[in-house]
Amino acid sequence: MAKKALGGMAGIFLEEHKVLAAARRVRESGFVKFDAITPYPVHGMEEACGIKRSWIPYVTFIAGSVGLIAALALVYYTSVVDWAINVGGKPMFSLPAFVPIMFELTILFAALASVAAMFIVTGMPKIDPPVIDKDLTCHKFAIFIPENDVGYNQERVEKLLTDLGADEVKKVAEY
Amino acid sequence: MSQPMKRNPLVLGNKSLKDITDDICAPVERFPSKGWMALFVSAKTLFLFYILTIAMVVATGMGLLGVNHPVGWGTMIITFVFWVGIGHAGTLISAILFLFRQKWRTSVARSAEAMTVFAVMTAGIFPLIHTGRPWLDFWLFPYPNQRGPLWVNFRSPLLWDVFAVSTYATVSTVFWFVGLIPDLATLKDRAKNKIRRTVYGALSLGWRGTAKNWSHYEMVYLILAGLSTPLVLSVHTIVSFDFAVSNLPGWHTTIFPPYFVAGAIFSGFAMVITLMSLVRIGFPQFKDYITIDHMEVMNKIIMMTGLMVGYAYGSEFLIAWYSGNIYEQYVFFVSRAFGPYAWSYWIMIFCNVVVPQLFWFRKFRRSIPVMFTVSIFVNIGMWFERFVITVTSLHRDFLPSNWGQYAWSMYDTAILVGSFGMFFTIFLLYLRVFPAISIAEVKPVMHVGKDEEGGH
Repeated sequence: MAKKALGGMAGIFLEEHKVLAAARRVRESGFVKFDAITPYPVHGMEEACGIKRSWIPYVTFIAGSVGLIAALALVYYTSVVDWAINVGGKPMFSLPAFVPIMFELTILFAALASVAAMFIVTGMPKIDPPVIDKDLTCHKFAIFIPENDVGYNQERVEKLLTDLGADEVKKVAEY
Repeated sequence: MSQPMKRNPLVLGNKSLKDITDDICAPVERFPSKGWMALFVSAKTLFLFYILTIAMVVATGMGLLGVNHPVGWGTMIITFVFWVGIGHAGTLISAILFLFRQKWRTSVARSAEAMTVFAVMTAGIFPLIHTGRPWLDFWLFPYPNQRGPLWVNFRSPLLWDVFAVSTYATVSTVFWFVGLIPDLATLKDRAKNKIRRTVYGALSLGWRGTAKNWSHYEMVYLILAGLSTPLVLSVHTIVSFDFAVSNLPGWHTTIFPPYFVAGAIFSGFAMVITLMSLVRIGFPQFKDYITIDHMEVMNKIIMMTGLMVGYAYGSEFLIAWYSGNIYEQYVFFVSRAFGPYAWSYWIMIFCNVVVPQLFWFRKFRRSIPVMFTVSIFVNIGMWFERFVITVTSLHRDFLPSNWGQYAWSMYDTAILVGSFGMFFTIFLLYLRVFPAISIAEVKPVMHVGKDEEGGH
């Protein structure tokens, strides 16, 4: 997403089922770089656009494991190595007492890393992103086909989007 | 089945997508009403009073409060546990019910989650003042320092609390904010002037809502819900460890973790009912989203968790009797129920066990005045539950020479009352600044219960 902004054609739809069908047809027509813009997550849109399952859970798992190990290292170093002090006769390496700390840091690392991964992959935060139509966050849906897509041809794209029932087809200078 | 189960619609009034956006954005975009102004001015005044009280306590010292020997934990700890507990319903609604695919949660999740964040903020101040020297509170965190290799004691439940509550505050704030991002983009696109556009544009972080973004976004939301679910259960469990890990009769109880979690959800849902009743009065168009059906479901949860805390109160007696430990038996059978603080015990029983039984009746479950009153009773009762646990256990321990009373002072009252000022000030500001119902989440569920009308 952080690539240079490019232009293309956008078809704007007013109904959810139309945009879903349109996305499927656009994909069948051989376009691969197009995207659908919707005000809310539309059920089935990922399949229609051919989007693979998000890889963020792997980040979550790795970050969670790092959090667990980091917490164990922290409590071990501070309570056993660096400042081994007898508190109420408890063992220096009192693992059960360290479990809450390890649990909390696992969750903390996993959660923050997942959100950070989402920010990176979606290109956020972005200053002043180009807007195709202000109503795309309210009640309209859009299919955007960038001009560098396979077999892009302005007349062809315009016709395709109109045929699919777009209520408005417009040329977008950059997106 | 020829007769499929009919679901009640989650959104009333045959709204279009645009209506939903307009309705939910309206309170943020119009000039505040007189009612909101009146509430805000009162809450803010109480908040200023709170700040003043805290300043006096910090400047003068903990001697202004009633804590002393033998009751060394008082208002600060009681109210801390109370406010942390309030927060739990928000995470329960936003995370656990999300994992269980409870679609009704969408209308209340945003505000409940906001309530969580603000309640935890309110709660966090109490242990910080309770240390007596709040300017040294950074000592609670393990950081390399020059006082020799002096580290915090990781074997102490009080330190587990530091980690649990700060993780909880961080993760629930992030969860809440991630949920807000698409709606902030909606507000940005609707903005009529440059300042609004800039502010909401910055807050929405450039969200565009492409299918690829939604795919990652939904995955992150699911992950955060999955992580928050064990987190919310762990936080109040760890708070209960502050008590349960000690050897004091009345605190040293294995039922404490589930009992505290149930109590937290109980009080949290009561606070959600209190706030949602007020929000429905303040913003009448929200009645189509936060319907009586929503309130009824929450009332059922209140009744269920009320029965769970009632069970916990009863089982404590059983275990005290069965343990054969005379100190345990003294605390439960003599001191708590019939001792000098028996009044607080019976307030707790009345508010938490007796009053919610009204919800067995559908008529009461669906009546706003009744549920509002019950929710207030539950909140009072749950504050007294923490009072009972803290004070009645401390004021009579093993040795009669070590007995005493809790010297409640007017500063205790001021801090307790003032904390509500802080909470309500922030909550009222939230209602004006952010969309109080998740716009992007309500839209996909608007057809629920209207399937035969051409939904999907």
